[in-house]
Amino acid sequence: MEVTADLLVNALISGILLAGFYAAVSVGIGIAFGMLDVVNIAHPAFIVLGAYVAYIAHEMLGADPIVTAFVLSPAFFVLGLVIYRIYYYAFERHGQESLRSLAFFFGILFITEVVLILSFGVDYRLVNTSYSSTTWRVGFVDFPLRLVVPFAVSLAMTLGLHFYFTRTFFGRSVLAVAQDPLALQLMGVNPRRVKELAFALSIATAGVAGAFLIVIQPVQPALGRVFIGLVFAITVLGGLGSITGTMVGAAILGIAESFTATFFGPSWSPAVSFGLLLAALAFKPTGLLGR
Amino acid sequence: MKARWFTPIVFTVTLLVVALALATVTNNYFYTAAYIVLQFIILATAWNILGGLTGYVNFGSAAFFSLGAYSSVVMFSLFKAPVPLAIPVSAAVAGLVGLGAGYLTLRLRGVFFAIATLAMSEVLYTFVVNWDYVGGARGAYIILQDDPPFGFSNHTQYLFTVMALMTAFAIAVARYVETSRLGRGLAAIRDDEVAAECSGVPTLRLKLISTTVSGALMGMSGSTFPYFMQYVEPTSSFSLSYSVNAIAMPLIGGMHSWAGPLIGAILLGTIQQIVQVTVSSAWNLLIVGVLLVVFVTLAPDGIMGWFDHWRARRRRS
Amino acid sequence: MTASLLAATGVTKHFGGFYALEKVDFEVRAGERVGLIGPNGSGKSTLVNCITGTLSSDEGTILFEGHDLAGLPAHRRIRRGIARSFQLPRPFAAMSVLDNLRIPLLYAAHTHGGKWRSEEQAGDEAMDILRQMGLDAKADEKSGGLTQVDLRKLELARAMAARPKLLISDEAMAGLSSNEIDEIITILLGMKERGIAVVMIEHIMRAVVHFSERVAVLVAGRKIADGKPDEVMRNPEVEKAYLGE
Repeated sequence: MEVTADLLVNALISGILLAGFYAAVSVGIGIAFGMLDVVNIAHPAFIVLGAYVAYIAHEMLGADPIVTAFVLSPAFFVLGLVIYRIYYYAFERHGQESLRSLAFFFGILFITEVVLILSFGVDYRLVNTSYSSTTWRVGFVDFPLRLVVPFAVSLAMTLGLHFYFTRTFFGRSVLAVAQDPLALQLMGVNPRRVKELAFALSIATAGVAGAFLIVIQPVQPALGRVFIGLVFAITVLGGLGSITGTMVGAAILGIAESFTATFFGPSWSPAVSFGLLLAALAFKPTGLLGR
Repeated sequence: MKARWFTPIVFTVTLLVVALALATVTNNYFYTAAYIVLQFIILATAWNILGGLTGYVNFGSAAFFSLGAYSSVVMFSLFKAPVPLAIPVSAAVAGLVGLGAGYLTLRLRGVFFAIATLAMSEVLYTFVVNWDYVGGARGAYIILQDDPPFGFSNHTQYLFTVMALMTAFAIAVARYVETSRLGRGLAAIRDDEVAAECSGVPTLRLKLISTTVSGALMGMSGSTFPYFMQYVEPTSSFSLSYSVNAIAMPLIGGMHSWAGPLIGAILLGTIQQIVQVTVSSAWNLLIVGVLLVVFVTLAPDGIMGWFDHWRARRRRS
Repeated sequence: MTASLLAATGVTKHFGGFYALEKVDFEVRAGERVGLIGPNGSGKSTLVNCITGTLSSDEGTILFEGHDLAGLPAHRRIRRGIARSFQLPRPFAAMSVLDNLRIPLLYAAHTHGGKWRSEEQAGDEAMDILRQMGLDAKADEKSGGLTQVDLRKLELARAMAARPKLLISDEAMAGLSSNEIDEIITILLGMKERGIAVVMIEHIMRAVVHFSERVAVLVAGRKIADGKPDEVMRNPEVEKAYLGE
C-alpha cells in the first residue's frame, strides 16, 4: 500500500479520537488496579454490560446511549459496591490471596459474558444515533462524529476524574490508601470505605465507557476479552497509580492500533495491544512514566 | 502408597478401565464424551502444576491447548504426521512457549504473569486467524483416510485410548512433581517467594520448569484434538471455556494435590457433558462460571479441603 | 586473629536520590558475634539485603570466604553459607514446622559428600534442629498458626537448617517478653559452639551488649562506629545518634 500524507494524518487523527475512548475504558482499571491494587480483570465485562444496557435503552425508549450511561451510572456504582463487599469479605480481609481473587474476577468476567450470550445471542448489536453517520471534513481530514462525540465526553470524564483524585480530600485518600492505610486510619478515614467507594466509582466508569463503545462499534458478548489486553496494556504502559499515565497509555495504544489497522488491516489490531502489553511487561513493567 | 508404585498403578488402572470400556461399550457417543472429560482432566492437572503447586495463575490454558492442536495441524499438512509423532512435538512447542512466556514475565509480580497469559492467548488467536496455511478463521480439516492402527475398530476408540494413556501420564507427572524435591521447592515459592529464595530455592528456575511442564502437558492434551474432531477452527480451540474450566476444576476439586484437579475435572466435566446434551452448551458454561465463583468465595480449599477437614476432625475425636 | 569470613567494602545503595547506604565497610570473622545497631531507617536491613542478595548493591564489593559475591542471586549465597532470619517472620505458612526446615535442608545445604539429602535424612536433621530450639513438640503443626516467639524461633531454625557459616539475625527479639528474649539470646549464643558467626541486628541494647564481641553502628546509611561494645557505647557520636543532642 502506498503511504500518503493524507492516509497518515487520517490514521493519526482517528488514533487520537480512539485514544480518548480508550482512556475512558481504562480509567477504571487505573483506579482499581493502579490505586487500590484490586486486580479486577472483569472490568471489560462491565464495559460490555454497559454497552448492552445502553443498547436496550435505545431499542426500548430511543434514548441516546451516552445520556443513558450517565443516568444509569449510579446503578453501576451500586453494582461496584456489591462486588467490592464480596471481594473484601472473601479475599482481602484474609490478606494475600491474589490467586483466588484473580480466579474470582475471572469467574465474574465469564459469567457476565455467558449471561449476555444467553440473553442476546452472539450477534453483533449496534446503536445508530442521530450523529452516527455524520462526518465532519476539514480539508482531507475526516472527523466522524461517531468517534468525536465519545472522544469529547471521555476526555471530559477522564480529566474530571483526574482533578477529582488530585484536588479533593477523598481523591487524595484514594491515592494514599494502597500505600499507607494506617496513616489514613489515624486521620479518621476508614480505608475499607475509601476503597469501596473508589472501586464502585471504577465500575461506574465502566458502565459509561460501555455506552461509548456501542456508539463507536458493534458489540457482542465476548468483546470484553479483547479489551482485557487493551486496558491492562494502557494501564501498565502509562504506569500504575496515575490518571495522566492512563491517558498517555491510551494515546499510545490508540495511535498504534489506528496505524496498524490502516496499514496492515483491522484484523491485526488486537495483536497490537496485546503485543505492546507483553513488551511492556517484559521490558518496562513500571510504565513509561514510572521510575 | 510408595511413590514408585504410583505410576505403574495409575497406568494399570487406566489400561484396565480402557479395556473394559472397549470390550463392553460400542456407542461412539460414550467415547466422545469420555474423550472430552479426559481432555479436561489433563488441562486441569496441568494448570494445577503451575497454579496449585506454584501459586501462579495461568489464564491462557486455551492458548496452550491450541498451540498443541495447531502444531498437529501444521505437521499433518506438511507430511501427514501420525498421532504418536504429533503428540511429543506439540507438547514440546507448547512447553517452549510456556518457557518463553515465563522467562519474560515471571520475574514480576504474579498478577502480571496472569495478565500476560491472557494477552498471549489473544495474540496467538490473532495470529492463527490471520494465518492462511492453517486455515485462518475458516479452520482446517484433517481427513484421516487410513484405518486406525493397532487393530482399533475406529479412530474415535483409538484416540480415546491414546487420550486415556496421556491422562495417566499427566497424573503421574503431577504426582511426581508434587512429591519430589521439586514439589517442595514449588510449595515454598507458593507460600513465600522471598523466603524461598533465601532458603536456597532457585525460584526463577523452578518457576520456569513449572510453566514449561504445565504448558507442555496442555499442548499434549490439544495435540490429538484435530485428529479427533477432524476439524479445528480458532474460535472454538481458543474458547475461553478451556481456560475457565482449567481454573475452575482444580479450584473446585482442591489445589494442593494431584487428586483435586482429577476430582474437579471428572465432576465438572461430567456435569457439562450431561447439561450440554439435556439443556444447552451456553448453560453449562454458566454453571462452570457460577460454581467457580461460589467455590472460590465460600469453599476456598475445594472438595479435597472438605475431605481433609473431615479426616482431621476424625483423627481428633 | 582469624581471617575474615565476610568482608564488605564501600557498599553503597540508593533508591532514586535517597542513599540508604553510603560507602559502608563491614567485616565479620569466622565464628565471631557482631552486633549491628542503629536507629530505624539507618540502613541495617538494606545492608542485610545487599549481603544476602535480596537487593543488589550499587557500588562496593562483598567478599565471602574471599570470593566476590557480585551477581550471585540469593539462593546461591545461602548455599555458600550466608543465612538470615527475617524481621517480620516469613514462614512457609501452609507447611508444617518440620517441612519449613526441610526446604533449606533440601535446597541450601549439601551434605559432606557434596550430594543433596534424601527426604528422610532431611526430616531427621530437621527434627534435631527443632529439638535444639525447643520446637520439636510443634513439628507437625502448620507454621501459619504459631505464636510470635515460636515464629521467631522458626526463623532461626530455618536459617540454621541451611547449615550456614554466617547467620544474620534481623531483629529476632522485637516485641518479645524479657523471658523470651533470654531464650533467643541463649539460642544465638549456642551458635558459637557450632562455629557459626552471628550478626545480631537489634534495638534491645541489653541483648546487644550482652551478646556481642564487637558492635557496629549505622546512622543514616553510614557506619559511625565499630569496636568493642563498651567502647562503642561510650562513643559521643553514638550517644548523640541515640539520645539526641
